[in-house]
Amino acid sequence: MRTGLYLAVGLLLGALVALLLAARGPTPWVEAALIGLPLGFLLGAIGLAARFPARSVPLGQGGVVRVAATHASAAVVSTAAWVLAGAIVARLLDRLPSFAGASARFFTKAPELFIVGVLIFLLAVTVHYLVIALDTAREAQVRGVQARVLARDAELRALRAQVDPHFLFNSLNSVATLTSEDPAAARRMCLQLAGFLRRSLVLGGQERIPLGEELGLVHDYLAIEKVRFGERLTVEERIDDGCRDCMVPPFLLQPLAENAVRHGIAQLVVGGTIRIEARRSGGLVTVVVENPRDPERSGGRGAGLGLENVHGRLQAVFGDEARADVAADPALFRVTLSLPYVPEEKRERSA
Amino acid sequence: MSEAPEPLKVAIVDDEELARRGLRRDLAAHPSFRVVAECKDGFEAVRVAAEEKPDLMLLDIQMPRLDGFEVLGLIDPSIAVIFVTAHDEHAVKAFEVNAVDYLLKPVDPERLRQALERARERIRRREPMPVEALTRAARPSGVPLSRILVRDGPKVHVLPVEGVDYIEAQDDYLAVHVAGKSHLKQQPIGELEAALDPARFARIHRSYLLNLDRLDRIELYAKDSRIAILKDGTRLPLSRAGHQRLKELL
Repeated sequence: MRTGLYLAVGLLLGALVALLLAARGPTPWVEAALIGLPLGFLLGAIGLAARFPARSVPLGQGGVVRVAATHASAAVVSTAAWVLAGAIVARLLDRLPSFAGASARFFTKAPELFIVGVLIFLLAVTVHYLVIALDTAREAQVRGVQARVLARDAELRALRAQVDPHFLFNSLNSVATLTSEDPAAARRMCLQLAGFLRRSLVLGGQERIPLGEELGLVHDYLAIEKVRFGERLTVEERIDDGCRDCMVPPFLLQPLAENAVRHGIAQLVVGGTIRIEARRSGGLVTVVVENPRDPERSGGRGAGLGLENVHGRLQAVFGDEARADVAADPALFRVTLSLPYVPEEKRERSA
Repeated sequence: MSEAPEPLKVAIVDDEELARRGLRRDLAAHPSFRVVAECKDGFEAVRVAAEEKPDLMLLDIQMPRLDGFEVLGLIDPSIAVIFVTAHDEHAVKAFEVNAVDYLLKPVDPERLRQALERARERIRRREPMPVEALTRAARPSGVPLSRILVRDGPKVHVLPVEGVDYIEAQDDYLAVHVAGKSHLKQQPIGELEAALDPARFARIHRSYLLNLDRLDRIELYAKDSRIAILKDGTRLPLSRAGHQRLKELL
C-alpha cells in the first residue's frame, strides 16, 4: 500500500521533470524520460527525508526565522544535490551516440529544475508538518481519554470507600434502635450521618482538599461509629493547626480510620482508643492513624485493600516524595503517612 | 398456630450493645419467645449455649474473637439459629442455598416474625442446623484454617494450628494433640483435613493427621510396615498411602 504510494509519487515527479525538460526545451522525449525517471524518484526520496528537519524544528517552538532558515537551507542544499545528480545522468547519456549533447541540453533547463525542486521540497515540508500536527492531536486525544478513565476509576473507588456498606447498615441499625429508646439521640445520629454523607459527596468531587477538611471527615465518621460502639470506642485527636491547609487528595485518611474501626475496635470485646495525629515540621507533614487490635487475630488479611488504595493515591499525587509506613505490632497497628507540605494557594482561596 | 405452653428460650448474641437492645425490644412483641441471655461475644455465646440450653439463638456474624460461624460449629446443632448481619453477601448466599434463616440489619419486624415462625417449626421437628454445609459454604475458599476451636463444656479452647502436633480420629471424635495434651472435638477427620493447609498437615494414616514440622524420622517397623517418629518420641502408624504422601511432601 505504502510502497505503491511511493511508486506513484516517484512516477508522477518523474513525469513532471520529463515534461519540464522536453515540453519547453530542446530535449527529445526519450532522453527526457531517461533523465526524468531517476530524478523523480530521487526527488521523492528527498521529499520523504524532509520529515527529519520538520521533526527537529517543531512549528510552535524556536520562532519563524529559525524554522524558515532551516528549511530554506535544507531545500537549497538538497535541491542543488538533486540537480547535480541530474547533470551526472545527462553526462552519462552524453557518451551514448544517440544522446550526444544531452548534457548541454540539460543545463539549459537546470535553473528551472532547481526552482521546481525547491518548491516541491517546501511542499513536502508542509505535508510533514500537517501529518505531525494530526499525530499530536490524536495522541493528545488518547491521553485525554486515558486520564479521564483513570480519574473516573479513582472517583468510583473513593466513592465505594467512603460508603462502606457495613458502616452504613450498622449505623442505620443503631438509628432504628434509638428511635424508640431515645428519639432525640436517633435524630442526632441521622443528622450526623447525613452530614457525613453530604460532606463526603462534596469532597469526593474535588481533586485536592485541605488536610483539615479530611480530618473533619474522619472526625465525623468516628463520631458516628462512637454511637454504634458506645464505650468500646474512644478517639484521641492531636492535630497541629499548622498542617490543616496542606492539600491532599480526598479520602486519604478516611479508609485508614475505617480500617482502624473494622480490623481494630470491632475485633476487640473491650474496644480501645483510635489515635489520630497530624503535625508539620518544615516542609513535611506527618499523619498517624493508630489502633489497638486483637493479638490472636493479628495475622489476618486485615488492612490490605484500604491501605493499598491510600498508598496508590499518595504515589499518584506526590510520587516518591510521599510514603506510607506500617508498624504492625501484634496488639497495635499504626500507619504513618509522610507527605510534602503543599499549602492551599491564596489565589484559589479568594476565588 | 398453636401457642406453646412454655415460651421458647432465646439467646441474643451481638457485640454491639445497641444492636442487642434493638433485638430484645423487637422480641418483646413475641410473647411466645423469652430472652434468657444476651452475649457480647462468641465465647459467651458458647458458654450460654452449654449452660442455659436456649432453644433459639439470634447470632450476629461479625464479632470479635469468634465469629457467628465459629460459634455455630461449637454449639449443640439442635439449637435453632437465626443469623443476623449488616452486610455479608457471601454468607447470605450460603444461607439461601441451605435454607437457613437470616435477618439483615436494620431488622424488619415482619421478617423477624417469619423467621421466628420457621424457627419454631425447626425446633418442633427437632431439625438440627446444617452446620457442616454452612461452615464450608461460608468460609472463603483457599484460605487454610489458622486455628482449631475446641469446646470443653462451656469453655472454648483456641488452638493455633502451628501448635498442633497431630490429630487422631477416635470414633466420632478427633483428639487434637497439643504439647502432650489432647483436646476432643466432634468432627470427621476428612473435613478437618480439607480445611487445614495441605503443605503443613499430611494424612499419614486413615486415623492420623500429622503436623509435618513435628516429624523426626520414618522407621521400618516390620516387613512393609512403617512408623513415623515425632520429635518428642511419639510413634504414629504410617499407612502405605500415607508413606507415599509423606515422601512427596518432604
